[in-house]
Amino acid sequence: MNITLNLEELTAMLLFGIGFTMLVFSRNLLKKVLGLNIIDTGVYLFLASMGYIEGNLTPIVPPTGPVDPGIYINPIPTGLVLTGIVVSVSFSALMLALAVRLYKKYRTLNLDEIYARCDREDGED
Amino acid sequence: MKKRNLSEKIRQWYEGELSFDEKIAEPVVHIPAGTHDQQPPETKTKIRIVHRLENTEIKISRVGYGVLSVVFCLIICSILISTALFLPGFADKEAPTANEVYEHYVGAGRDQTGAVNTVAGMILDYRAFDTLGESFVLFTATCAVLLLLEGHKAALNRAKSTFTYATDPIVGIAAKIVVPVILVFGVYVLFNGHLSPGGGFSGGAILGTGLILYAQAYGDERAARVIPAGAIRGITIAALSFYCLSKSYSFFTGNEFNGVHSVIGPGTPGDFLSGGLILPLNLAVGLVVCCTMYTFYMIFTRGRLD
Repeated sequence: MNITLNLEELTAMLLFGIGFTMLVFSRNLLKKVLGLNIIDTGVYLFLASMGYIEGNLTPIVPPTGPVDPGIYINPIPTGLVLTGIVVSVSFSALMLALAVRLYKKYRTLNLDEIYARCDREDGED
Repeated sequence: MKKRNLSEKIRQWYEGELSFDEKIAEPVVHIPAGTHDQQPPETKTKIRIVHRLENTEIKISRVGYGVLSVVFCLIICSILISTALFLPGFADKEAPTANEVYEHYVGAGRDQTGAVNTVAGMILDYRAFDTLGESFVLFTATCAVLLLLEGHKAALNRAKSTFTYATDPIVGIAAKIVVPVILVFGVYVLFNGHLSPGGGFSGGAILGTGLILYAQAYGDERAARVIPAGAIRGITIAALSFYCLSKSYSFFTGNEFNGVHSVIGPGTPGDFLSGGLILPLNLAVGLVVCCTMYTFYMIFTRGRLD
């Protein structure tokens, strides 16, 4: 329960909270995508800080001789961050493409106006 | 021109220089009922903006919405932070994440996979199936973006994207010098993924950045001519198929009980040609990432690949 011990994790949580609020409450589609990217950043920071071990080296081992695992950091979260980055890039691109299509149809990125125009179209049919 | 007039009028009205009823609401009054749909878009925009500026209900709800979202953000952050306080401290040697799995990956990884870079050995040998899934996520995203946007002109101003910096004394010359360096560096990172930090994803991202810089500096037209769409598609498909087939072979022969042994050994750790399939798999992943990045850029700016 020591705050100074967990500063990295706390920052990651703050980033996650801010991004999540942006994703849920923002009415602008582009800002929703940005919020999702902030969430991703928080998750990367969390994973990377969980994998770090005090004073240890990058997990690039010498080519010969015995390997002592105790002097290297944990490589598993690094691989997980890689997966996260790929998913985040794909997701952002897909969301932005959908936003472009919505903008072309309704000429706005505001969700309220898009809903209003959808309702009007439904009423006309 | 008309739009500029409209915003100017609205600004004047907002600052009290113009009376609302006379100037701005004028077209609304004169259009008879029943022809509402035939109103020009300018008038519709005018009505909408005036409505938004006038309506106190909208104003109040917008302020309430902002306050509510800040409260929500504080609640979410406090819940998450109060949970995070119970986690093991940063860089703790005794943390439960530093367990025997990590010790096995680091301790035995070099001799089992032949890769000096443990992360590369992990993601392209032990967990290669996961990386294949990632490549297919990228491929699926490319397909989805192509389906959504190909053939549709980009929503951006078209005149802007035909402008090139090729003759610009700063951008043109700098791009001419920098693009080859970026590409060579990308290839270096790609081919040394099993020996040093780097690998398919980072190298592919660097290569894609180089191509995007080329397209930015010399224009989409020229980039589309230099890098044909067929090549992009062919490289992506070939790299994915190669990954899929070679890793299927590796998985099939990795089983000790069916009597088949892989002809690809881990090699001498530290050599350029070592690590078994890691080097070609890095290359395949890098090409997929590079093509994906470039395709995203071209689709979003140009609307098509060719």
